[in-house]
Amino acid sequence: MVDIDKLNHLHLDILKEIGNIGAGNATTALSKLINKKVDMKVPKVNILEFKNLADILGGPENPVVGVLLDVSGEIEGMMMFVLEQRSAHTLVNILMERDIHHISEFSEMDISALNEIGNILASSYLSSLSALTRLMIVPSIPHLAFDMAGAILSVPAIEFGKVGDRVLLIETEFAEGIDRVVGYFILIPDIKSFKKILSSLGVSV
Amino acid sequence: MMSSQEIIKVGMADLNTAVYPDILTTLGLGSCVGIALYDPVARIGGLAHIMLPDSTQIKNNSNKAKFADTATIILVEEMIKLGAVKERIVAKLAGGAQMFAFNNANELMRIGQRNVAAAHSILEKLGIKVIASDTGENYGRTIELYTEDGRLVIKTIGHGIKEI
Repeated sequence: MVDIDKLNHLHLDILKEIGNIGAGNATTALSKLINKKVDMKVPKVNILEFKNLADILGGPENPVVGVLLDVSGEIEGMMMFVLEQRSAHTLVNILMERDIHHISEFSEMDISALNEIGNILASSYLSSLSALTRLMIVPSIPHLAFDMAGAILSVPAIEFGKVGDRVLLIETEFAEGIDRVVGYFILIPDIKSFKKILSSLGVSV
Repeated sequence: MMSSQEIIKVGMADLNTAVYPDILTTLGLGSCVGIALYDPVARIGGLAHIMLPDSTQIKNNSNKAKFADTATIILVEEMIKLGAVKERIVAKLAGGAQMFAFNNANELMRIGQRNVAAAHSILEKLGIKVIASDTGENYGRTIELYTEDGRLVIKTIGHGIKEI
């Protein structure tokens, strides 16, 4: 069993690099989808206590859109794509060719579009991870929720809660130029899968 | 309203107590459950934000506030230390949502439901009556427990505000 608290700098750097490659592929996919340039920030590996978890998304009550995929195969866990509310609206507006600043309730069509965006991005993230590690990764169909950040993040947090008191997130922020679409990819491997990922890359834990 | 009224935040896998006129709150409950206890005579409240149903099913169970069973027991003890009387304590529950609508509702996705059931079961064991609850569904909740009268205010995004 891997203890999150005992991961060293090398391990964290490798997990960061995985975030980098995965998110790099996903932002390329997003860029093609909306036909605009998308910039990505350097991924962060965050090890957080439960009570601080929602801070990365603007606090526990901040409204966010989360698209969750269950990951199975040789790596198990969850993949989550999270957008702040405003960014979700902007992204859908770009996709639907509406006025960028238009905000109303998400329509069924908007939800469906966000679901598909989440699906495409998460899948391209995971397929690059699979190519890199040569491990089989099978994502489930995407599931979307629009709610408070704390409530959305409780789902992966509970998974980590079964084995410890901290959460490890590989977080990548991207931004679509002037329209400021800011989103996060959060890869939440099951604890056993850390070891598999790291050892597939020739690093012992 | 007294000006010295404090709002005490309870985080995820955390618990706390308060005496009149303070307010206990926990933000953004998803599949976790907020267990709110109240002694109406002493006007002492307690709130736990639990993540998992059962400490005996998990090896690493040192954080007692994380589990429905251990958190409830500690919360009652803490309230009694402040002057609450166990026989007077009543409970209200909120949370335990299923945030993502997975079709093949596996064990993980039903965790909210299991958390609610575990809270009911430990409260019954302790002889504490659940007088109101707002649980399940598929949305997040922020809750506030007022030690003034034990009311529990539940705030949501898109599902209104209610008081139980």
